[in-house]
Amino acid sequence: MIYPESFQVTTPSERTIEIRRDFHAPRQLVFDAFTKPELVRCWLLGPEGWTMPVCDIDLKVGGSYRYVWRKEGVKDMGMGGVFREVVMPEKLVATEQFDEAWYPGEALDTTVFVESGEVTKITITVLYESMEARDTARRSGMEYGMKAGYDKLESLLASLAAGV
Amino acid sequence: MADPTRRAILARLAQGEATVTEIAEPFAMTQPAISKHLKVLERAGLISGNRDAQRRPRRLEPQPLAEATKWLEEYRQFWDTSFARLDTLLSALTTPPKRD
Repeated sequence: MIYPESFQVTTPSERTIEIRRDFHAPRQLVFDAFTKPELVRCWLLGPEGWTMPVCDIDLKVGGSYRYVWRKEGVKDMGMGGVFREVVMPEKLVATEQFDEAWYPGEALDTTVFVESGEVTKITITVLYESMEARDTARRSGMEYGMKAGYDKLESLLASLAAGV
Repeated sequence: MADPTRRAILARLAQGEATVTEIAEPFAMTQPAISKHLKVLERAGLISGNRDAQRRPRRLEPQPLAEATKWLEEYRQFWDTSFARLDTLLSALTTPPKRD
């Protein structure tokens, strides 16, 4: 069983991005998939063609983590941070900074794992220092060459106009 | 763009430029309150207009707005693709290996 329709990315406030998704698996397993390098590098890859040659996680308060993504013909993309809170298997709080982020300061990621029957619900909240930092962070960190043009702008405006 | 008032302002400006008075009209809000929202949108580079003149029309700046939605879409896509892969991984981990 999978729940792709549970996926949500929202900007609940000017400084945050919130990601939600449900998984058909026990909480401990989902937590492991987020914290064990051998599991993380299997899935946290984004679009086709990327690998994760570096995935180091020192899972303890004050411990650091480091991810590097690679794709042929594209510059490596690296990020990392330090764990501020580790409550197994419920909650993770860690700082986040991209190597080439143009945004000031760091972001703070809070990941919460809630078990409900056979489903584990996760919520990731990324808190930036400012709205500008949030928007710039994603521009610099997540450029996967997708050329969204005016089509997207038009559909956005249509949905805005429809009050969605 | 999480704020409903600011979304509505962008939607209004998508139909054409408008003055602060015209923008404020449909809202149960004072003009200074609307001006505050306009300032946020201006700071974000999503709209342009003359700060000093109330009557000067505001208009959308399509390029930054396109970029602003582009990053959210890319971000979405990154996680959506990754999570689909995680579904497969979790399913493989929870299914006991078959023995012949």
